[in-house]
Amino acid sequence: MTTSNLLQPYRLMVRIRRFEEKLDRLFKEGALPGFVHLYIGEEAVAVGVCSELRTDDRITSTHRGHGHLIAKGAEVDRMMAELLGKATGYCHGKGGSMHIVDFDLGIIGTNGIVGAGMPIATGAAWGDKFLGRDSVSVAFFGDGAANQGLLLESLNLAAVWNLPVIFVCENNQYAEWTRVDQLTAGSIHERGHALGVPGVSVDGNDVLAMREAVATAVERARHGEGPTIIEAQTYRWSGHNLGEEAFAGNYRPKDEQEHWRAQDPIVRYREHLVSTVGIDPAVLDAIDAEETQRVEDATEFAHNSPSPQPHEAFEGLFAEYQELSA
Amino acid sequence: MTATEPQERRQYFMTAMREGLQEALREDPRVVILGEDVDRGVIGATSRLIREFGPDRIRNTPISEAALVGSCVGAAAVGARPVVDLMYSSFLYVAMDQLANQAAKLRYMSGGQVSLPIVYFANTGPSGGAAAQHSEAPHPMLMNLAGVKVVMPSSPHDAKGLILSAIRDPNPVVYLQDGMLAGVKDAVPDGAYSIPLGTAEVKREGADITVVAVGVLVREALKVAEELAPQGISVEVVDPRTLAPLDMDTIYDSVAKTRRLVVADNARITCSLASEITAAVSENMFDTLLTAPRRVAMRNVPMPFAPELESTVTVNARNIREAVLNTINSGGKR
Repeated sequence: MTTSNLLQPYRLMVRIRRFEEKLDRLFKEGALPGFVHLYIGEEAVAVGVCSELRTDDRITSTHRGHGHLIAKGAEVDRMMAELLGKATGYCHGKGGSMHIVDFDLGIIGTNGIVGAGMPIATGAAWGDKFLGRDSVSVAFFGDGAANQGLLLESLNLAAVWNLPVIFVCENNQYAEWTRVDQLTAGSIHERGHALGVPGVSVDGNDVLAMREAVATAVERARHGEGPTIIEAQTYRWSGHNLGEEAFAGNYRPKDEQEHWRAQDPIVRYREHLVSTVGIDPAVLDAIDAEETQRVEDATEFAHNSPSPQPHEAFEGLFAEYQELSA
Repeated sequence: MTATEPQERRQYFMTAMREGLQEALREDPRVVILGEDVDRGVIGATSRLIREFGPDRIRNTPISEAALVGSCVGAAAVGARPVVDLMYSSFLYVAMDQLANQAAKLRYMSGGQVSLPIVYFANTGPSGGAAAQHSEAPHPMLMNLAGVKVVMPSSPHDAKGLILSAIRDPNPVVYLQDGMLAGVKDAVPDGAYSIPLGTAEVKREGADITVVAVGVLVREALKVAEELAPQGISVEVVDPRTLAPLDMDTIYDSVAKTRRLVVADNARITCSLASEITAAVSENMFDTLLTAPRRVAMRNVPMPFAPELESTVTVNARNIREAVLNTINSGGKR
């Protein structure tokens, strides 16, 4: 693997972390409207997955989607602008945190409805296959979404049609405020077993382990061998959503949080790069500084951007007939 | 008829609709029909299409409505043009999130980044003994979604022209086949023709009262107009054809002329299409109206099974006639 192949995942994980930390601060200042779900602690999942995808591969993301977007190539300035409801945002202020997409980057849906992206990714996989492309689709979903019926429906369709789709479950141990073992029977990656869909459980805080598992699944998918489930074991450092403290209280044991924070995916990868690969720590420090600055610049861009005009609320509902020429 | 005139082709509703599907499949290789048993066609619209287009484009799917409706969002987002047979509009409820939150919203909430050319078609409303869970008429709630177009043809002729337009449209369209039209035959032109979405049609001109009706009730309204003509009551019949976006201008123009309105709709009366049209006309044309507009719609109960009960709660020509006469005879303004 080339150095840039090794450094880019580090850079992207740091970018996600800085972006989310910035959102946390903006929210506490009262500068961020709406519902915001932070991805801190889970960076290795998004980056591990998307490092193995091409631009023309598709993802559907979740309510906790900022990490997926950045990992798939979204620009943080347009993301920040969208989060602040600005006209320069990816969706011109019509989407917000939970609905940022960029179809040119293969980000074909970010969903506020738990589990709803699974059939969309499955359909994209079928559509690409039908149209003669070799693109692969990834459906990100959480452990909570594993209990939606759509997982079974989508897995079945993907299996029976042998579709190039990968179901990536981010098991961050909590569905909203309740621990996964109180809600979810068995193991999620084994839920495809009876359907003939292979599943694997991976250390979701190890970006290299994620890449390896995804590379295998992508290889299978691209060569017509069908879907795979990957269950990434990880942990959400923040709450389900910003501002939940008033209602949620302290529902996660302190020692549990400390255990997982000691497994910080960025620190672990950094140690690997320095100790095993022999990267100069100064190189990584420089990346840290660049990404901090990038997020600051993005925030400034967003703050300086205009709000959408009221008339824009009535635009873009339907496509015009001529827009759809082949 | 002389020997030189072409023989008029008369087709059943489903045959006409199938011809429209066939034209769409021929003109665009991205068009695919999906649904449960579409190779055989449970309601009839897709029967035998597989012979010409094969199993890749006439695709049988599992009985998984939510995955079916949702997967077509993904497929359309990457460039396919899925046309989905949902069989009965009652089954849309199984897939409601994928329709209402996904298909209807993805374009808008992405700031217009994507076009989703999808048609969902289904048999709708009472079809004679289908009972509560196969007789829903959900068009009012679909009209309320914003982001999906809603089409309901009233004849085999319109069925063919509207399905072709629905498939050519770059947006999600729900195309509803009134179950009571299955046995109706009508003149249907050969070859491809389209009827623009979003345009109503005056099916019969009249001077004294406007009856807006949809689906099979257009035929019922035309019967009433025929019956009342000898009595000197001239009824204008307007068929919206597309319910979302709704062509209110044609309705306003008609009411401007007749100054009286009855709306016939087989959705339950609360928040029905009839409610919407009478509200809009009352709000905008109160001074023009000679008397209060009337709604003739299904009663507020689930569809009962027994024929006597079904006919009690649904709309027929007798109900429309009664509403027309009551409206004509009401004192109203002087």
